[in-house]
Amino acid sequence: MVNNPFLPKAYEILEIRKETEIDYTFIISYKGELVGGQFMEISIPGVGEAPISISGFDDGWMALTIRKVGRLTDQVFELDKGDVLYLRGPYGNGFDLDLFRNRDVAFIAGGTGLAPVHQTINYLITHPDQIKHLDVLVGFKTPKDRLFVDDLNRWSKSANVIVTVDIADEEWKQETGLIPTHLDKLDLSQVEEKIAVVVGPPIMMKFTTLELIKKGFKEENIWVSFERKMSCGIGKCGHCKIDETYVCLEGPVFNYKKAKKLVD
Amino acid sequence: MEVKLKQVIWNQYFDELKERYIIYAPVCKKGKGKFAETDVIGYDQVQLRKEIVWDQKSYFSPKEMIFPIRETLFRYEEGRASVPEINHKPILVILRPCDINGIEKLDCIFLKNGNEKDYYYERRRKLVKFMMIECTEGFDTCFCVSMKSNITEHYDAAISFKGDEIFINIKDSELVTDCLKNAPSIQYKPNFIKENKVKVTIPDVNKVTNECFQNPLWTEYAGRCIACGRCNTSCVTCSCFSMQDVMLSDDSAVGERRRVWAGCHVDGFSDMAGGHRFRDNKGERMRFKTMHKINDFYRRFSSHMCVGCGRCDDVCPEYISFSKCINRLNRIIEEVDHGE
Repeated sequence: MVNNPFLPKAYEILEIRKETEIDYTFIISYKGELVGGQFMEISIPGVGEAPISISGFDDGWMALTIRKVGRLTDQVFELDKGDVLYLRGPYGNGFDLDLFRNRDVAFIAGGTGLAPVHQTINYLITHPDQIKHLDVLVGFKTPKDRLFVDDLNRWSKSANVIVTVDIADEEWKQETGLIPTHLDKLDLSQVEEKIAVVVGPPIMMKFTTLELIKKGFKEENIWVSFERKMSCGIGKCGHCKIDETYVCLEGPVFNYKKAKKLVD
Repeated sequence: MEVKLKQVIWNQYFDELKERYIIYAPVCKKGKGKFAETDVIGYDQVQLRKEIVWDQKSYFSPKEMIFPIRETLFRYEEGRASVPEINHKPILVILRPCDINGIEKLDCIFLKNGNEKDYYYERRRKLVKFMMIECTEGFDTCFCVSMKSNITEHYDAAISFKGDEIFINIKDSELVTDCLKNAPSIQYKPNFIKENKVKVTIPDVNKVTNECFQNPLWTEYAGRCIACGRCNTSCVTCSCFSMQDVMLSDDSAVGERRRVWAGCHVDGFSDMAGGHRFRDNKGERMRFKTMHKINDFYRRFSSHMCVGCGRCDDVCPEYISFSKCINRLNRIIEEVDHGE
C-alpha cells in the first residue's frame, strides 16, 4: 500500500472523562511514540476533521481533551466508551523535555491551553529530580470552566500551583483576575535563568509574554504553543502558515524569539 | 527530435497523441465568461485539434488538471475507507513556460514541504507531460521576465507555429509517434519572451522586515478587496485547500472526505472552532498573499512563488494589480533603506 498520509485509522475510546460541561477528555487506545505538545488530526468521516492537542499519554493510550464547539466536536461528544475515533498523526514538534532539565520552570496556561502542556507538567511532577523548581499558573473564565481539577490539586502538593478565574462565584476561594496580574506569585528569585511556557488564547499569550519580559525573563527562555486552523497537519493545506513558517511543521511550540516575529 | 510539420502531418500527430494521452489545453468555453453571452478561455480535455486556443492567455491556470478544484480523498462505508481510483491514462498538458514554472511551485508545496508527499497530487503529477507553447510576445498584464519564469527547460515537447508550418522540439521519446518518422528534421529550439510591458522589482528578501507589515499600503487594499478570491482561484501557484466531509446516506453509514480549493483572501480561511480568526481585515490578506508569493516561499525554496502570469490582475473585479502592489512595496522598502 502506498503511503497516503490523509487516511485516518480507527482507534477505540477506552474511557471518557467529563472535565466541564463542554470539555471532555477522551482516552484512546494508542501505541506509538508521542511527545507532549504534539497534536492529532481527529475525525469522524462524513462529519469533519480537526487538529486536537494530545493532553496526555502513557503505555497503550493517549488522551485528547476536546471542547464542544462545532459540527465535528458536537458529534464526538455523542460517542461512547468502546466507539472509535479516527486519527492521523502525531504532528508537530511538541515540548523537548531537555529544555527543562535542571531548570526552574513556570507553566502558564489559559483555558484549554492547559491541554497541550498537561502531559509535560504531569511528567515533571512525577520526575521532580529532573528540574529545580516548578510553578504552574492557570487561568479559566469561571470556576466551572476548570480543567483537570484533580490534577491541579495533586500538583499543588509538590509545585507552586496558582489557579485564577476571570469571574469568581460565591464559593471561589482561590485567585481572581487575568493571568498577567498574577505573575508576581511565581518564584522570580532567579528570573533571568527561569524558563516560562505560555499557552492560551492569542491575546492572553501576547500580554503574558510582554509582562514576563518586563519581569526580567529572557526572550530565549520563553516558549509558546500556537493554535491555528489546519486542514492537513503536513505542510500542504496552507491554513496554518504564518510568514514562511508552517505551524504544523515547525510548531506548534516556538521559542519566543521566533514567535514574536511571526505576524499572522 | 526536432522536426517541421505540414498541417496534414500535424493533424495526424495530434490524433496519434490523443490515442496515448488525455490532452488538456486552453479552449474557448462558450457562454462561460463573467458577463452574459461572453466566453472564457480555460483548460479542458480536448478531442479536436481545432478546439485548442493557442494565441490567448487562459483565464484559469492548468493547475486543476493536477490539483482538482474538488477531490474526494476517500469514501467511507461501514467502517471501511476506500480511496477512489483515477484514470491512469497519461496526460499531456499544453501550456506556456510560466505555467510549467508555476506547476513546479506546486511540486514544492505538495511534494517537498514537510516530510510527507501528497499522495493525491503525486499520483496525478506522475502522469503529466508538458507540451510547451512557444511564448515570445506575452500579454498585457504578464511580468514573467521579472519573475524569471519566462524560461524553462522542463518541457517534454515545445511547439511553435510559423505560418503554415509547425515546429516541434521533442525531448521525451515517448512523445515521438509513427507519423513523425518521415518529417523533415530541422534545428528548432523554442524562443522565450525577453521583455514584458509590465516589469516588477521584487524587494530584497533581506530588507523585508516586520515594519513593512504595518505600512499604510495594506490599509488601502482593505477598502478595495471584496474577498472574492478570484486571484486565488486563477493563480497557478495557489495551493491551499480545506477539508470537507459529506454524508451520503441518511443513516450516516456512508460518507466521504473531500478537499476543496481554499483562498487566503476569502472569508473563513483562518477561522477556528470557538471563534478565533486571523486577518479579518482584507488589507492584511493582501499583505499575507503578497508576502507568500514574493518573500516567504523564497525563504523555503530559494525561488519566488509568483510566476508573473498576471492572471490575478486580469480577474480582479476591483482592478487590484498585483504587479503594481509589488512595485509599490519595493519603493517603500527602498525609501526606508535609503532614509537610514
